[in-house]
Amino acid sequence: MKKILLSLSVIVVFLLYSWNQRNESEQVQVVPPAISPTQPVSQIVSPTIAGATPPPSVPTAKPLGLYKDGEYTGDAADAFYGNIQVKAIISGGKITDVQFLQYPNDRGTSVEINSQAMPFLKQEAIAAQNANVDIVSGATDSSMAFRQSLSSALSKAKI
Amino acid sequence: MVRETRFLMGMPIAIVIVDKTASKEDIDSLFAYFQDIDAQFSTYKKESEISRFNRGEIEESNISRQMRLVLQLCEQAKKETHGYFDSKKKDGTIDPSGLVKGWAIYQVSKQLIQKGFKNFFIEAGGDIQTHGKNEKGEDWIVGIENPFNRKEIIKVISLRNKAVATSGTYIRGQHIYDPHQYGKDLDEIVSITVIGPTIYKTDVYATAAFAMQRKGIEFIQSMKGYEGYMVDNKGIATYTKNFENYVRNN
Repeated sequence: MKKILLSLSVIVVFLLYSWNQRNESEQVQVVPPAISPTQPVSQIVSPTIAGATPPPSVPTAKPLGLYKDGEYTGDAADAFYGNIQVKAIISGGKITDVQFLQYPNDRGTSVEINSQAMPFLKQEAIAAQNANVDIVSGATDSSMAFRQSLSSALSKAKI
Repeated sequence: MVRETRFLMGMPIAIVIVDKTASKEDIDSLFAYFQDIDAQFSTYKKESEISRFNRGEIEESNISRQMRLVLQLCEQAKKETHGYFDSKKKDGTIDPSGLVKGWAIYQVSKQLIQKGFKNFFIEAGGDIQTHGKNEKGEDWIVGIENPFNRKEIIKVISLRNKAVATSGTYIRGQHIYDPHQYGKDLDEIVSITVIGPTIYKTDVYATAAFAMQRKGIEFIQSMKGYEGYMVDNKGIATYTKNFENYVRNN
């Protein structure tokens, strides 16, 4: 009888464990825009943003499972045209969401622009290019502020 | 060809000189100039001239000639951009870093020309000033980064003695946030790339245009000698009338 009970409990524990593993929550969700199907677009983005080497004062996110569950508000960081402040939501020891508490859109909404400019503008869907380039132009300001604010939120979440 | 990248002013700065006469010493002196600029204009450095000025330790009449020039350029930029470029922060302090970045690159490019170099580029935090030709003897080929995937290029342009700056954020492009919790009208533009003759004005216009969101591309269209390529959060690009003149098709 004891042996049967023991075996059963081992099996139950094993089943519970494997079920738990399968149901682990995803990392931060990413929804890329619809781009022409022939051009692949990366689907998954890790919590740390790839790109230019960050300055020593901005650490990258720790490996998974080292955060306490909860919501952590980061310091506001200057993105030049306004502040960025994020809240990191930790669930199951991982970052499951990053929300914006402040985002630089606090400028006035009306701009005196000569509306004759409108007919000259053209539109297209963006598409990845296969080309060798000498130099790459990309934005950096906001992403740095985002990393700083997220980093300060994660430092509060550290176990 | 001499090529070097150093981390200064809070970002990677690359100087590339194609001319065969270029030496490492030439590059060293140029990076030293960036360091001097940083020491003078960085609001992160307590003892920089701008920090001391902001604390009231220096009278306006006693600021250096270079500082005075930069502050004047900031005022001019504020007027030209209808206030969308503004070096004055909410707390009343001045932060000219948005203009200083491009202006420093521009000064270094002038120094290179004074030294007799003809074929080079300088790149700092996505802002680029080009001159002459690349190693293959062609106009410099610049790729515009995909704001949704930094490993991809969405546009290839050829520049002949032009500058290019991109302003924007990849956070929007990655849709990490929940738009329904944000409340008010969402900003829809993820990046705007501007081409112009000199990098400091081009950078200022790109920054202001991004702050203007959808109106930004109209602002660039209205500025003679500047072309722009704006990307929204659905991956649709809007570009100015003569932007296609720069596009290099494979």
